[in-house]
Amino acid sequence: MDFQVVVLAGGVSKKLLPLVSKELPNALLPVANRPVLSYVVELLELSNLKDLIVVVEGKDVALNVGAWISGAYADRLHVEVASVPEDVGTAGAIRAIAHHLTAKDILIVSGDLVSDVPVGAVAATHRRHDAVVTALLCNAPISGPLESVSSGGKDKTKKPGRYDLIGLDPTKQFLLHIATGAEVEKDLRIQKSILRAVGQIEIRADLMDAHLYAFKRSVLLEVLDQKSAFQSLKHDVLPYLVRSQLKSEVLLNGTPQAEENGTEKVNSQSNQQMISQILANASEPTFHLRHTLGTIGSDSVRRAHKCCVYISGSSKYCARLNSIQAYNDINRDVIGEASHLSGYSFSAHNNIIHPTAELGAKTTVGPHCMLGEGSQMGDKCSVKRSVIGRHCRIGANVKVVNSVVMNHVTIGDFCSIQGSVICSNVQLQERAILKDCQVGAGFVVTSGSEQKGEVLAKK
Amino acid sequence: MKFWRRTEKKHETVKEVSPDTPSVSQPLKAKTTKAERRALQEAQRAAKAASKANGNSAVAESGKASPAKSKKQSSQKKDGPPVTSSVTIYKKSGNHPLEKERKKDPPPQRMQFDDQNRVEKAKRRALVNQTEARNRVEIFRHLPQYEHGNQLPNLESRLFQLDSMHPAVFKVGLRYIAGDISGVNARCTEMLRALQDAIIDYSTPPEKVLIRDLTAKINSYVSFISECRPLSISMGNAIRFVKSRIAKLPLSYTDTEAKTALCSDIDRFINEKIIIADKVIVGHAITKIRDGDVLLTYGLSCVVEMILLSAHDLGKKFRVVVVDSRPKFESQALLARLIAKGLSCMYTHINAVSYIMHEVTRVFLGASAVMSNGTVLSKIGTACIAMVAHEFRVPVLICCEAFKFHERVLLDSICCNELGDPDAVATVPGRMDINYLDNWTNKENLQLLNLMYDVTPSDYISVIVTDHGMIPPTSVPVIVREYGQEHYIT
Repeated sequence: MDFQVVVLAGGVSKKLLPLVSKELPNALLPVANRPVLSYVVELLELSNLKDLIVVVEGKDVALNVGAWISGAYADRLHVEVASVPEDVGTAGAIRAIAHHLTAKDILIVSGDLVSDVPVGAVAATHRRHDAVVTALLCNAPISGPLESVSSGGKDKTKKPGRYDLIGLDPTKQFLLHIATGAEVEKDLRIQKSILRAVGQIEIRADLMDAHLYAFKRSVLLEVLDQKSAFQSLKHDVLPYLVRSQLKSEVLLNGTPQAEENGTEKVNSQSNQQMISQILANASEPTFHLRHTLGTIGSDSVRRAHKCCVYISGSSKYCARLNSIQAYNDINRDVIGEASHLSGYSFSAHNNIIHPTAELGAKTTVGPHCMLGEGSQMGDKCSVKRSVIGRHCRIGANVKVVNSVVMNHVTIGDFCSIQGSVICSNVQLQERAILKDCQVGAGFVVTSGSEQKGEVLAKK
Repeated sequence: MKFWRRTEKKHETVKEVSPDTPSVSQPLKAKTTKAERRALQEAQRAAKAASKANGNSAVAESGKASPAKSKKQSSQKKDGPPVTSSVTIYKKSGNHPLEKERKKDPPPQRMQFDDQNRVEKAKRRALVNQTEARNRVEIFRHLPQYEHGNQLPNLESRLFQLDSMHPAVFKVGLRYIAGDISGVNARCTEMLRALQDAIIDYSTPPEKVLIRDLTAKINSYVSFISECRPLSISMGNAIRFVKSRIAKLPLSYTDTEAKTALCSDIDRFINEKIIIADKVIVGHAITKIRDGDVLLTYGLSCVVEMILLSAHDLGKKFRVVVVDSRPKFESQALLARLIAKGLSCMYTHINAVSYIMHEVTRVFLGASAVMSNGTVLSKIGTACIAMVAHEFRVPVLICCEAFKFHERVLLDSICCNELGDPDAVATVPGRMDINYLDNWTNKENLQLLNLMYDVTPSDYISVIVTDHGMIPPTSVPVIVREYGQEHYIT
């Protein structure tokens, strides 16, 4: 179908420290015991897109990711892993792989997207309107019900940044304005020409940009060439295209040039005009057309390009892994409401316990939990709404509530873990109490320590 | 040919020997067997025609059919037809292949959607998953009607699954379902352009002949497009043209030569049959507009719009009455464009037509297709306008390009029509308070009907303006016969 897919898998993000590290880059962070990149790859595979380009930042990250992909998807997909230098931003990443892009349209997916929105629908909307860019919008995530007290302090600064201000036209098909909540201090600036052309803009704060874009390749590369200062697709390129949609300068390549050689060419030119007139008259005129038609006769012919949106239905799940809070939420959702995403089948108690996992006596594993391969739990443990990874050794009388425990973790007796994330190879000694903490890989939590809202990492 | 001559000789010898013996016993036997044999013959002929249409299997079947048929023919000839008929038989045999073509076997029957078996079969082969609408009107059961709400999202989400479809063709299908394009000229042009793109990107797979493979591919594209929205009759003409051009490609052509030839053919078709035809029609129709005229038009026809604009550019002074109807309000776009150019217009709805017709001097209407008996298939409401105009003795001019002529004959609006979205009839956009029909699907004794086309009988039409000139509706079969052959039919 003439689409090429680029997955931007990032590198080692600072927002997710200490969960991520050189050995465990962003893309391989486990959600429900599966690397988060696998969700994107599975979604693309479901839509029959088998040729991917995965872009990562940093050479060793590329090695890790490449190794995992070739292990998991060698025969089913054809994936090319490209590495770009760090801190070039998403726009820089696309610039770096520009020579690989040949198809007419490019689908750019962020590697930390966990969703089941049909990718084909976004692409089809893009094609139908002949748009320059089409963005996927989903309902912004509301904070989970078990929001604990201490996260209030840390997350208050993060909350405003989690939503976007989106301006749509009345038919909800075209994007008229986009701004990230974090950028908006007090006021919102909207192009007057756009407002005049459309007549009505609907501004919504409950929709979130899911970082799945369909771009027209020629336009994207042209914009990246011309505006070398653009660093990010979301913050620079997209708002630029949206702002300039009625006074477009990017479609200069597409129009037929006036190199007349004789009457034949003139005739064909007028025929082309007639055809385009017939086609334009026959279809529902969008505000772009009305705007450009209004300029016939004036010297500066305005061209318009279309920025479309696809709003995913409320039944579809869509979330991005860009903060620790989001990590907790997504883990909870994937084994909870959006369990169809995880790809596992649930047992009778509504949880997933691997066959090789051992449970001690009187150990309860509540619903919406996950127990990985080879994990062992001691007696009288209780696990509620948590994910426990592979080969963990959990002692007796341990309470794990609303947490994520990764692989090869040793938890001593009488520990209590609440709302925390514990990375691989961590050792929790006896009677450690953790609440809303993040423990980096390889850390040893001393016995009897009580931590609340801390980030514990190896120095 | 050889078979015929042998039977002639046999026939003559039989006659010489015993002219009388066949008459007594044979007639009784002859009647029944002749009728049976004729029935058998017709069946075989139909089977042969059908297999010829399929192409590949034609060779095997016709090989089997023709010796059987000729045997039956020769035995029939033995039963006492007079001498003169032998001459005619000989003539017949000489003209036999030509007459068979001219006979024009009935076109393959269009899919009738009230036949459960065929619908099931078609559903299995269908690329577009459509759910049938509820509360369908009984009399229109033979037409397809699907739920309009989830057609587009369904098809959209399967963009990447339908690998066999060319992207341009898929885009056209999407736009049809979404209702982005309306009007026969635009639909035809878009479809031909998409087929052109598909042909350009086509490459013959190994071990296959370009002609057959490309025809099969075009068939699959066309069936996809018609699943999205049923093809109009004139689009069928365009497709027949493309297929006949493919069939006429010399076998010696390479891929690129064939593709460039086909693309230039399609360009030529669009150019000649639509663009230049429109210009010629405008030239003819302008002569019928005098100063001081009041012209009435209905719906959105691009040809009529061009006529009005060019007449205005020529400086003629006239008024226009633009008639519109629910649910689409298509004429409003036309009205906006006319006013922008400075014409003085009046806008009204179709329920007021009989009140304004007394001041109208000419009626200009567009057409979707014109049938052989002079009936015009056009947007619903056209028949009404033509009838009122006829009552008031106002001449009705239909402006339509020649590629929309078809050899079918339609007597009513029921056999061949299209059903639109019933929700469009149930709701009034912008009026939330008119919600009496909100859950009409649950009311069992309610059926909503949104017809798209209707048929205007030829009595109400004064003249049809085509690119071949201005012809009365009775001359349509002449045009189809004379000009149809060189373009559409092999």
